[in-house]
Amino acid sequence: MNGIHDMGGMDGFGVVEVEENEPVFHERWEARVFGINLLALASGPANIDASRHAIERIEPDQYLTLGYYGRWLRALETRLVELGFLAEGELDARLEGRAVESPPPPPPGEPPSPNARREIASEPAFSVGQRVRTCNLQPRGHTRLPGYARARRGVVAIVHPAFVFPDTHAHGLGEQPEYVYSVRFEGRELWGERAEPSTCVHLDLFESYLEAET
Amino acid sequence: MGGGEPREGRADLALRVEALEAILREKGLIDPQAVDGLIRAFEQDIGPMNGARVVARAWVDPAYKARLLSDATAAIAELGFGGPQGDQMVVVENTPQVHNVVVCTLCSCYPWPVLGLPPAWYKSPAYRARVVREPRAVLAELGLELSGDVAIRVWDSSAEVRYLVLPERPPGTESLGEDELAARVTRDAMIGVSKATGGG
Repeated sequence: MNGIHDMGGMDGFGVVEVEENEPVFHERWEARVFGINLLALASGPANIDASRHAIERIEPDQYLTLGYYGRWLRALETRLVELGFLAEGELDARLEGRAVESPPPPPPGEPPSPNARREIASEPAFSVGQRVRTCNLQPRGHTRLPGYARARRGVVAIVHPAFVFPDTHAHGLGEQPEYVYSVRFEGRELWGERAEPSTCVHLDLFESYLEAET
Repeated sequence: MGGGEPREGRADLALRVEALEAILREKGLIDPQAVDGLIRAFEQDIGPMNGARVVARAWVDPAYKARLLSDATAAIAELGFGGPQGDQMVVVENTPQVHNVVVCTLCSCYPWPVLGLPPAWYKSPAYRARVVREPRAVLAELGLELSGDVAIRVWDSSAEVRYLVLPERPPGTESLGEDELAARVTRDAMIGVSKATGGG
């Protein structure tokens, strides 16, 4: 989806501010959200793609004001409701001291895979040094092809293993693993005349985002 | 706002998290002690000191460096580091001609086993938006002025591969041992927004 999360190349956010001697967590609730998120979703079908997409679906103004762990909290609530661990409105009811019907937890699913890497039978379609072009994909759902790199020409720099395809997996449409490629794009190809000289961007792109450039 | 990210305390969110944790505990979905343990691990044991050991080893051991650049996941596992957000690692080497810097424009992907959790600036809209488009300007703002003949490669971690920058070994450190060298390797040098600190 063309959401607020897809920030590469946007203007207007000002300078990058660095905090000296920053703690790992600024407040205890941030640490709790981090831990709860990892552990609660691991007990259901852990799906990092669906979790990322839950963050992307936060309203743009909220995305910018909730902060990093505030977004994690919102996405965690969304996923717990979608997975049937939490009733719609159950958390608000609890905060307001109202009783609410709570769903019985769903039966345990398959134990989650330790990672998203998969062996697939086919050979990679592209090889190192090959010129490729990204498709001009504009999906309404989850994708890992950033807006700034659509319909752009690059060169394959690394052929990675195959991984679970986020665009389907985030929506419960299966893992459908594909090879991933590190594709190098020259700054000028991405940013035109105003690109800084001698800069390039490498993106890790799934095979179906790419076509051979002739 | 700090680089487009709010920093003020959020009492409403703190209450909300407390209530959510209570519900999940009552339903048997989380063990609060397991949450405590996970938090403690990321506050104490999993952080840039791990990545610094990888870099220092690569500086003193050419065979290790070769393994690190050809199969980073396995070479990092030799030192005991690996797991979620570090299952598929690539290490990119800085040289006098090429400078590498890492970002995740779509979220905040980061190599947890070797660097821990990312700092606020790495997650900020300003960094995510700008470093792909104007890396020289962003690096200069962060105190790293690179000469125009140094090529900059930005690695936008848009899939499940995680990147670690191998900084250049600073001049004047020839006499230092591996542990002393590790102390010179900062988190920011391994993201690529600064250099490792020199001798002297």
